[in-house]
Amino acid sequence: MSIFLNENSKVIVQGITGSEGTKHTARMLRSGTNIVGGVNARKAGQSVEIEGSQLPVFGSVKEAMAETGADVSVVFVPPKFAKEAVIEAIDAEIGLAVVITEGIPVHDAAYFWSHANATGNRTRIVGPNCPGVISPGKSNAGIIPADITAGGKIGLVSKSGTLTYQMMYELRDIGFSTCVGIGGDPVIGTTHIDALRSFEQDPETEAIVMIGEIGGDAEERAAEYIKANVSKPVVGYVAGFTAPEGKTMGHAGAIVSGSAGTADAKKEALEEAGVKVGKTPSATAKLMRSIING
Amino acid sequence: MDLYEYQAKEIFASHGIPTLPGSVANDPNGAKAVAEEIGGPVVVKAQVKAGGRGKAGGVKLAETPSEAETKAEAILGLDIKGHTTRQVLVTEASDIADEYYLSFLLDRANRNFLAMASVEGGVEIEEVAANNPDALARVPIDPVHGVDEAKAREIVEAAKFPAEIADQVTTIVAQLWEAFVAEDATLFEINPLVKDPQGKVIALDGKVTLDDNASFRNSKQSEYVDEGAEDPLEAKAKAKDLNYVKLDGEVGIIGNGAGLVMSTLDVVAYAGAEHNDVKPANFLDIGGGASADVMAAGLDVILGDPDVKSVFVNVFGGITACDAVANGIVQALRMLGDEAAKPLVVRLDGNNVEEGRRILAEADHPLVTLVDTMDGAADKAAELAAGE
Repeated sequence: MSIFLNENSKVIVQGITGSEGTKHTARMLRSGTNIVGGVNARKAGQSVEIEGSQLPVFGSVKEAMAETGADVSVVFVPPKFAKEAVIEAIDAEIGLAVVITEGIPVHDAAYFWSHANATGNRTRIVGPNCPGVISPGKSNAGIIPADITAGGKIGLVSKSGTLTYQMMYELRDIGFSTCVGIGGDPVIGTTHIDALRSFEQDPETEAIVMIGEIGGDAEERAAEYIKANVSKPVVGYVAGFTAPEGKTMGHAGAIVSGSAGTADAKKEALEEAGVKVGKTPSATAKLMRSIING
Repeated sequence: MDLYEYQAKEIFASHGIPTLPGSVANDPNGAKAVAEEIGGPVVVKAQVKAGGRGKAGGVKLAETPSEAETKAEAILGLDIKGHTTRQVLVTEASDIADEYYLSFLLDRANRNFLAMASVEGGVEIEEVAANNPDALARVPIDPVHGVDEAKAREIVEAAKFPAEIADQVTTIVAQLWEAFVAEDATLFEINPLVKDPQGKVIALDGKVTLDDNASFRNSKQSEYVDEGAEDPLEAKAKAKDLNYVKLDGEVGIIGNGAGLVMSTLDVVAYAGAEHNDVKPANFLDIGGGASADVMAAGLDVILGDPDVKSVFVNVFGGITACDAVANGIVQALRMLGDEAAKPLVVRLDGNNVEEGRRILAEADHPLVTLVDTMDGAADKAAELAAGE
């Protein structure tokens, strides 16, 4: 088992003909993902050759699903058109839409999230501005490097891409069931809590690493959730202990405003919920190692 | 991006919300000219992106144009919470019968928007929220449905605005929402919203934060960038399209990915505690595709910071291959020549790391030290910055 994504996942790419879409479709194919086609309304009916595979291009997500049985879409559509692309995926009721696109206006993300809610949340949205989801050895929907580590018993959920890679690398000898990059934007679909809930239910996942960063109160709310609902061991890391107030650190959501959103407040909330929090990525990996090795 | 008060009120006015006549001035003479044009008493207000201007002496009443000149002289140059006052807004002084509060903002936790309104305006709204939470109405706004007249009326009723101004405020609420969406804002705040003795409702002061991600469809955003107020190194980095924030330490930081760079700042700060308390000098994320040019641009900005004593390059090769990063460093040092005079500690891991490390070892640049782990490299960079 794994969460969100497994060896049977059939993946389409929205924006497959763009440069990012093409590049990452090739990487996903190389890591064994079952990519069954792409979507671009202006190139419907054509096909593209990527990594030796002839991939059909469909006019819509709905059509792609009808023709291929796809249940996952990875979105590389540029910010200007991303809102429509995600709404299209929601309206087609695809199971999972992983929105990689960086720089989507927050009004657009709030709009498609609201639309997903109003239509019954049949599509799980991951992102935007995220590295995607990988179940190592099974499927890879997004841009997470597949060769860092193999499948294993740790579940990982993180706001940050490169910190995800760093943590996968630190714990590469143990391996991961699924790694979920939820993204660092102020409005995202799948949250820490959503991933924690799924990891708790996943028999293959024995322990969970949760990586957060400054800004907002998602980590605090995750801590409350863990306290009440998660029985598996959780190890946490929060980036930005030394970040000054009022400066945005790269991610649009990573800003400490007033007393809210500090790394210390998040660490405290997590520790109160019984989560062991590391001061650095390596210290966090060490905590996880001691849990796994008993 | 945060706007100045005068910019916020320009936006309000352009969407039909009543504001008072006024203009900005860069010098006392200009303030006098604006006061003459307005005629009668004026208020001279420091334009800084910080709260508490009144308490800091940044807001003064002037009865005459020459008094406006004197007051502007006192306010210009004033330091308010670390922001130097470079402009004043000279605006008509109004008689105030009552003060209210009105805002729209992004509600991250609920992934929608929130209207907040109160008949207790003019004070810090956080105080109202803490001391008298019932006096602050909070009405969630669905991003798809937005604010129509019925919703605007709901907000006005929830905040218990007096009946005689309810229609006026309802119109303002609807206009403010329209502006909030049109400008791609994450915060629109009118505080105070006032009633004058004649019963007219006016936006007296405002705060606006715009979403930088929406600049592609809001061309006006570029007009709001105030280059004069920016740190010169931040301006230089921005011109090169680098994601850079100046901090006040001695260890220059370059990394890939916002989370990893934030984490690098922490690890360096911890290591610095053991080495004369040196701290990170900046945040710099060179992103996924760290080419030689981007690396050179980043190194150029950081080496141009006189506070920097050593540089820590921390890259985890995910999409980027470490050999490309290593080549980038070697080429950057060649491009910068003698200008690169500070020690560099490099930690590479991930995609093609063996080749990356080999390239750096072969180049054998006297300024470059290669360290295997992030913690070890942070310690080395801090040690070098401390001059040990």
